[in-house]
Amino acid sequence: MTIKEIVDKYGSKRENLLQILHGIQNQNPRNYINKESISALSKEMNIPVSQIKGTASFYSMFSFIPRGKYVIRVCESPPCHLLGAESIFKAIEYKLGIMIGETTKDGLFTLEGTSCLGICGVAPAMMINEDVHGNLNEEKIFQILDQIQEQEKERIQLCREEALTRF
Amino acid sequence: MSRRSIDQILEGKPYKKLLSSEKLQQSEIDLVNTDPKKTQYYGRIVLDNCGRINPEEIEEYIGTGGYQALGMALKEKKPEDIIKIVKDSGLKGRGGAGFPTGLKWSFAAQEKESPKYVICNADEGEPGTFKDRLIMEGDPHKILEGMAICAYAIGANIGYIYIRGEYQLSIQRLEKAIKEAEKLGLLGKNIFDTDFDFEVKIKIGAGSYVCGEETALLNSMEGFRGEPRLKPPFPAKSGFLSKPTNLNNVETLANIPPIILNGAEWFRKFGTEDSPGTKVYSILGHINRPGLIEVPMGITLREIIYDYAGGMSSGEFKMAQIGGTAGGILPIELLDVPLDYLSLQIEGHNLGSGAILIMNETVPVVDFLECCMKFFVHESCGRCSICRIGTKQMYESFKYLREKEANYDELKKIEELAEALKLVAFCPLGQSVASPVLSALKYFRAELSKEIDSNEDYETITREMSDIVFDYS
Ligand SMILES: Cc1cc2nc3c(=O)[nH]c(=O)nc-3n(C[C@H](O)[C@H](O)[C@H](O)COP(=O)(O)O)c2cc1C
Ligand code: SF4
Ligand code: FES
Repeated sequence: MTIKEIVDKYGSKRENLLQILHGIQNQNPRNYINKESISALSKEMNIPVSQIKGTASFYSMFSFIPRGKYVIRVCESPPCHLLGAESIFKAIEYKLGIMIGETTKDGLFTLEGTSCLGICGVAPAMMINEDVHGNLNEEKIFQILDQIQEQEKERIQLCREEALTRF
Repeated sequence: MSRRSIDQILEGKPYKKLLSSEKLQQSEIDLVNTDPKKTQYYGRIVLDNCGRINPEEIEEYIGTGGYQALGMALKEKKPEDIIKIVKDSGLKGRGGAGFPTGLKWSFAAQEKESPKYVICNADEGEPGTFKDRLIMEGDPHKILEGMAICAYAIGANIGYIYIRGEYQLSIQRLEKAIKEAEKLGLLGKNIFDTDFDFEVKIKIGAGSYVCGEETALLNSMEGFRGEPRLKPPFPAKSGFLSKPTNLNNVETLANIPPIILNGAEWFRKFGTEDSPGTKVYSILGHINRPGLIEVPMGITLREIIYDYAGGMSSGEFKMAQIGGTAGGILPIELLDVPLDYLSLQIEGHNLGSGAILIMNETVPVVDFLECCMKFFVHESCGRCSICRIGTKQMYESFKYLREKEANYDELKKIEELAEALKLVAFCPLGQSVASPVLSALKYFRAELSKEIDSNEDYETITREMSDIVFDYS
């Protein structure tokens, strides 16, 4: 959808700004809100760019930098921390080679630390995009990530080939 | 309604299929049904339907007496009567502050301006709390019915549910519930053939804990940064788009239909004199059965751990944090304090959101507090400097303590800062940083001092004012 279509869908009043930003971010393949869409949105809704940025940057679900196709959000809050969130970060770091805030080279995964996701009954927990995963341990993490990497085999292969051509 | 689900209801079997993303939530729902002896004895108000009906079919809700309370309210009662019943029931807000719900409604009802709004606060961000999510997923119509009754009582025609963006399933369930209720004329125009109109819309948050604070929530709903507003004016006078607004928590609203249906007297049979009714707790930590329970007010922590949670999963009980990260820490001496608003207040604590985090002796107090402070650093909105910088300083102090690089000045600084936050922070988020810190200092000072003593040359440590990193992300 174009920015105009998204704005029309939710309504151009200021109170719909968050919904519109969600809409813009969700349709971006890299899961972020880019500069161009902010300036287009600014014209469409008649809100200064600074205000849109100021508002969006307040909320942790919005990003201004490109992220992976799969955004991994691991809960860092005390209940998950007690039950071993630290080792979840380590396992992901080991498996994908990324730290908090980083994205894998193939553009598949971004790792983020987040506050409570509301699934503490199965702590330690994380979300990958909109899917929730609970009762995590290292083995389960590897399984989940393996599965996604299996699904994205072609993309990873393509990425490798592209990298090779550069040498 | 499908034959199968009717059979299941008749047999009293839990209807599990659609409860949630099954693989994940089984432990939670099972728990609700675990202790039949106990729950039968006490009865459930809020979670009564959760796990028993298919939340995606309005007929099942109606089949259990759903929307009767709304019909009764609209046809037989005046708005003043409703407010009186809610006042008499003694229901207090379940969102954290524990403000009497009937009184709050009466403020909004007094306002002459229109339109008025009813808002359901489903932003649930308090670490350790997931009760609102399971209520929305398990019984969405109860919330809609509660909102409609509230709207009738205060004279509003528009309602909003502000849900945090992570709760996708809740959003879907509620959207479906709204559509179905509209189709049957239970929401929309001329409900039950009266001249009462009420529509409900959903607003989605974007990941910010402070947006659960009522005025920050209003700013967020209007499309601004979710920073708290100065009170007064209270939302009842000037809320969403500066119009009279009544805000309630999900659990508070879910209590309304049963109260209207059965009366205030019935509700007062549950719980204590000062805090009638039940409370939904999310219990977690080092226990055998983490999950959700609904128990009467006034039950003790000991009962929760050993009767409902199946005892400690490992080790011995050391401490519990009540009410989420913004709540106080209770040591073993307070295991027998009744959990209700008044008794906890006497001990200087707060029931908060209903999260109960139980920890065994393996958890060092410093490490735990450091993690709590990390949460506050992340979630401080940055509007006032004491909270923006104070939380960071606090976090660093606990880090130094844990890394055994602190001297006694550090403890003093922590204490002073906590007292200062309590006094001058602009909103309850900053003020509540003090609750875990001061209660830990009260009950576990010896352990915290040991962190310093165990470092032999702590006296040689000098510290400059630490570098404060300004980070507005
Ligand atoms: C930092 C902060 C976060 C809060 N988060 C929530 C929340 O997630 N859900 C909620 O219902 N109330 C939350 N509250 C309490 C609300 O401000 C408000 O008191 C409540 O929604 C009123 O509803 P009630 O009277 O039904 O309890 C929060 C308060 C503060 C200060
Ligand atoms: S106390 Fe903290 S969260 Fe509250 S307004 Fe101040 S900076 Fe924001
Ligand atoms: S504390 Fe981790 S999901 Fe709630």
